[in-house]
Amino acid sequence: MVPRTGRPDEGVGAKGSGPEIRVGPVRGEGDIVPAGILDPAMGTTRPVYLDHAATTPMHPAAIEAMTVALATVGNASSLHTAGRAARRRLEEARENLAARLGARPSEVIVTAGGTESDNLAVKGIYWARRDADPHRRRIITTAVEHHAVLDAVTWLAEHEGAEVTFLPCAADGSVSPSDLRDALAAHDDVALVSVMWANNEVGTVMPVAELAAVASEFGVPMHSDAVQAVGQVAVDFAASGLSAMSLTAHKFGGPTGVGALLLRRDTGCVPLLHGGGQERDVRSGTLDVAGTVAMAVAADIAVGSQAEKASALRLLRDRLIDGVLGSIGDAHLNGAVGERRLPGNVHFTFRGCEGDSLLMLLDANGIECSTGSACTAGVAQPSHVLLAMGADPGTARGSLRLSLGHTSTAADVEAALRVLPSAVERARQAALASASAGPR
Amino acid sequence: MRVLAAMSGGVDSSVAAARMVAGGHEVVGVHLALSQTPGTLRSGSRGCCSREDAGDARRVADILEIPFYVWDFADRFKTDVIDDFVDSYARGETPNPCVRCNERIKFSALAARAVALGFDAVATGHYARLSGGRLRRAVDGDKDQSYVLGVLTAEQLRRAVFPIGDTPKAAIREEAAGLGLAVADKPDSHDICFIPSGDTRAFLGARIGVRSGAVVDADGAVLARHDGVHGFTIGQRKGLGIPGPGPDGRPRYVTGIDAGSGTVRVGGAADLDVWSLTGQRPVFTAGDAPVGPIECEVQVRAHGGVVPAVAELADGVLQVRLRKPLRGVAPGQTAVLYRPDPAGDEVLASATLAAG
Repeated sequence: MVPRTGRPDEGVGAKGSGPEIRVGPVRGEGDIVPAGILDPAMGTTRPVYLDHAATTPMHPAAIEAMTVALATVGNASSLHTAGRAARRRLEEARENLAARLGARPSEVIVTAGGTESDNLAVKGIYWARRDADPHRRRIITTAVEHHAVLDAVTWLAEHEGAEVTFLPCAADGSVSPSDLRDALAAHDDVALVSVMWANNEVGTVMPVAELAAVASEFGVPMHSDAVQAVGQVAVDFAASGLSAMSLTAHKFGGPTGVGALLLRRDTGCVPLLHGGGQERDVRSGTLDVAGTVAMAVAADIAVGSQAEKASALRLLRDRLIDGVLGSIGDAHLNGAVGERRLPGNVHFTFRGCEGDSLLMLLDANGIECSTGSACTAGVAQPSHVLLAMGADPGTARGSLRLSLGHTSTAADVEAALRVLPSAVERARQAALASASAGPR
Repeated sequence: MRVLAAMSGGVDSSVAAARMVAGGHEVVGVHLALSQTPGTLRSGSRGCCSREDAGDARRVADILEIPFYVWDFADRFKTDVIDDFVDSYARGETPNPCVRCNERIKFSALAARAVALGFDAVATGHYARLSGGRLRRAVDGDKDQSYVLGVLTAEQLRRAVFPIGDTPKAAIREEAAGLGLAVADKPDSHDICFIPSGDTRAFLGARIGVRSGAVVDADGAVLARHDGVHGFTIGQRKGLGIPGPGPDGRPRYVTGIDAGSGTVRVGGAADLDVWSLTGQRPVFTAGDAPVGPIECEVQVRAHGGVVPAVAELADGVLQVRLRKPLRGVAPGQTAVLYRPDPAGDEVLASATLAAG
């Protein structure tokens, strides 16, 4: 049967004997022998989760802390005993989170996640800067940003009179401080700079501190989407020189639906959500005490063990990369290498492959990963990141992201390496067969 | 078998997938994304490929506990179906895009990919029956879709499964409801999925442009001007842009289209009758072409009636003599030949009608 991808404790998946995919139906005179790829004969007895960049398994301690908090009552803005208890839990979580990220507690604005944090920073800082000086309407950013930044910037350009300057993007997906300096020197109307800390698709780590230093020379606030960075690389808000930084809990072992914008006290930001003004009057909404508590616990674990974890992940990552390059022809690693790549990110283009065929084959064999690019109605679009890095649209379709995280093991990497070569070969055959099946 | 269930998000393909699961097969659901701009193709009950439909298909797959994926065939669909449709109209023909989609996408590009990926068959929610390599009309005559499948070769049919052809539509809806599928009462799709407005003439006009010509009567007298032959089809009565009925006081119809000169000829109803057909690119669904004359019934449109006929293959072309006339037959239409059978009329062959 097709191994259904379930959670490990469901005991689904394969009980097969051999580790190899039987590739290719054996064809006689029109005789079709069932092809082996959907067989569970892959040796993987549980799904191998290699999609930590999409979301991470929660740390058990974060689940426990969240569960305990959920069992209590109290609006953190209420003045009675229950309210004060909730407020105390929340403020302790805020302090712990701030401490782990090099921020002051007052700089932590709790949000509903990365997308809200990005929208709040990009729109809010743009509005504040423009309101202070109507001349300041320019946003300097990159073409490889997550859509939460990119689409917010595009919206401001279409509806709020923003001008946009995209920094030149290198083939590895990075941008350079000297290009930022040139852009800032060329324009005296810059409202803000927004450059992601690390790319969610190809894993390239940007030189954020150097970029922030340049922005600071020109007196322009800089925001960074650090959603992929927290827990994977060292992140210190104060040391970075940034004015604002987005993060979300579920990328480092916390729950979905909660995140934060770290925002310096001297950086003006017009609210997106109006109401009770709970978070510094910049963000309204009843505070998510349980989510924030869990986020702080997850940050404590993820950031606390970051250095050690990153070294281990780099070894696994490089084993996976070397294994793929050694066993699969015409495989191209996208993004930067070494220290300038996220420790958990592996991103390949396999020429001649349809990404969706590859995903199906890997899923059927217990390997859970992603094409890494945005979907529309479930259809993978050619990645805007790869296009910005110079790939052609056809090539951009055959890409695959395998992202490692805190639960990843050497066995996961070996399982992926057992399945990948045959899956790529078969996906290439399928692309050829489909393309050549033309009209009569 | 390992079965790829093509899931449009409608009730028919949902029950088809459910029946394959119930039959003990290993089933993977695949929704075909056919629009160049996902989420924009469909509104209301039209078409088959909106984001909402993909979501409906996904929910059904969840309930059936089968893996589900969306595969992007938009580029192929554009070149093989939409462009073909437009080009065909520009030539003065009347194509059926559903026939082309089955011939070139579902049972060709999709099936080839499925087989290469390790599947044995593609199951769809078409109303037709298939057993022993014989394609037959569905039990539900009103819903029968054997016509749009008649272009499939024996090789293509060998990979096809039509799980719901033995059941009336009403019962399929009940079965869907019984399985707890939310699509049980979803409206049927109508019209052409890539023309959400339903305005075929405007769709074609936007792609073909203005190629003006004359509307003439049987004697060649110019009755009106028009913006392109793509606005007309043989047998059309309305929207001809002519003052009214002919000199005999009877309605006038399009009786001929010459794309080369841009001439649209009109005439009386009797001028629409044809007694013979010439079919190109014939396909014999059971495999080899029969030798000698074929006694059959012919159908030339998806929900049209049939007339008795004798067909014969000569030099790769199917010559069909009709025992009763067909009214309003256009080049580009598909003729499907059936052998009447109380157990379900059997599809023998199909061919694309040539001009003249």
